Amino acid sequence: MFTEIKIKRGIQKAGTVLILLAPALLVALPVLILLSGSLMDAWELKGYLTTVFTDGNDFIRWKFLPDFPSFANYKKLLFETPQFFVLFWNSMKLVLCILAGQLLMAVPAAWGFAVYQVKGSRILFALYVVLMLLPFQVTMLSSYLVLRNLALLNSHLAIILPAVFSTFPVFLSYGGFRGIPPQILEAARIDGAGEITIFLRLGIPLGKSGLLSAMVLGFLEYWNLMEQPMAFLEDKALWPLSMYLPEITWGQAGFAFCASVITLVPAVFVFVLGQDYLEQGIIYSGLKE
Amino acid sequence: MLKKKRKFFYLFVFPGFAGIMVFVLLPFGDVVHRSFTTAVTGQFNGLKNYQAIFQNQAFVLAVGNTLKFTLVCIPLLVLLGFVTALLLNTLKKKRWIKAVYLFPLAMPTATIVMVWKMTFYKQGFLNLGLTWLGEQLGMWGEVHKDHLGTTAAFWVLVGSYIWKNIGYTVVLWLAGLMGIPEGLLEAARVDGAGKWKSLWYIVLPNLKGSLYTIVILSFLNSFKIYREAYLTAGAYPDKSIYLLQHLFNNWFVNLELDKMAAAAVCTGGVLLAAILGLQRLWDKNER
Repeated sequence: MFTEIKIKRGIQKAGTVLILLAPALLVALPVLILLSGSLMDAWELKGYLTTVFTDGNDFIRWKFLPDFPSFANYKKLLFETPQFFVLFWNSMKLVLCILAGQLLMAVPAAWGFAVYQVKGSRILFALYVVLMLLPFQVTMLSSYLVLRNLALLNSHLAIILPAVFSTFPVFLSYGGFRGIPPQILEAARIDGAGEITIFLRLGIPLGKSGLLSAMVLGFLEYWNLMEQPMAFLEDKALWPLSMYLPEITWGQAGFAFCASVITLVPAVFVFVLGQDYLEQGIIYSGLKE
Repeated sequence: MLKKKRKFFYLFVFPGFAGIMVFVLLPFGDVVHRSFTTAVTGQFNGLKNYQAIFQNQAFVLAVGNTLKFTLVCIPLLVLLGFVTALLLNTLKKKRWIKAVYLFPLAMPTATIVMVWKMTFYKQGFLNLGLTWLGEQLGMWGEVHKDHLGTTAAFWVLVGSYIWKNIGYTVVLWLAGLMGIPEGLLEAARVDGAGKWKSLWYIVLPNLKGSLYTIVILSFLNSFKIYREAYLTAGAYPDKSIYLLQHLFNNWFVNLELDKMAAAAVCTGGVLLAAILGLQRLWDKNER
């Protein structure tokens, strides 16, 4: 009797897992196509992709295990294309500068909102939330005007500075700081700790989940920058990787696959290390103040 | 004490706020001002710019498409995310499955574009699959539809949006489900409520707050679909996916700043109203 129920539950559970894993194919296949494509030699790849260039009725073909695996495209990309390195470092520079700036600007602001509730602070915070929800297209013209006035157009600062003052990381860090019980801070004050010391010694270690999740979400967002560089960077030498990839033509498909895989690597790295913070960050982004 | 509090509030918040002033608030004031003046001479122009954009065919088309996209995508995403979260919630070990659902969020758009093109063009994987299915069922022959250059592009975008954002939504729903006190569900079970009854009377009413934030955040993320749209179909795609984002970008390229200003003010205003409206609705339900 009991074993019957157990078996039934087991079947139910296996069914649930199967239903949930079916969409996983839709995630795995694109990655597998990228990986296999990057390891094919030019000749084999051309064979599969000829249908892209011809107008016939033949369908595309693909093999997940290349007949002639080769690292030639990686070699060409990594050792013979200095341009690729420039763009890779552009991307790194942009992301790291933005994240560092956000740490300096957004984290103290979040602390201010979380700990010192004064008259008007709630209204100001509501303004921050609205700003966080406005899409780039609405603020595009205003950013352009101010960047033009400051003569920053067509420089990396045109991307970095507006992003540093984004209010999204303020909101996420606020989520982390809000979880700290005020009694702890009060006890530190009674022991004679100054406010700055409290922020640095208690606030940051205790509320680190908020700021780390802001960093993880921020990395994934700015590694994928598109709209801003498209609008504010004319000089192709300043472009981030995410803008370069679409420029590669079908004739160099193998090259494009390799570049995609290499672009994917840092994002996967951050994703794997930061999955918990990513989830935490998503939860913070959904908190109502 | 209050004075001290005030001092430290300013100390912590001011540097960031000054930046927001310089980079967002003041220039947006300038944009509002520009929306009432002519582009070249800067003379006061009344509501002419607004009139111009509402008579502009591209603007009407783009607003319509963006609305349609939002109205199709958000309910679909919210519902699919909810069902997935309910299923996931019955499992003990969910970390790996969650990781799979979240992964598309980490994939830079540019890396996926080639695969999208290979899938959706007229000799691509999707048509290959459809043709195979048709042969198996004996219901249709070979399919050679270009899914990117026709009205089907709209559904490709809907699909990519859901593909990319389902993980985000699932995590938010799961957090909401965790927030329901176990005692409530237990009490319902003791009173003889079945699974569906407790879902309807206990779980759903307790998730209203989550629904509000999920709708707002899904809306915010729906604007980012421009990346996929632009990279697969360029600045002037099929009419069915010409979105507000394309229009803003094209006006920007052509330096039609007066129209941009009026459209930015309108879009910003509508978004603000939508956010505040949803929030009020939520607050009312809360009480």
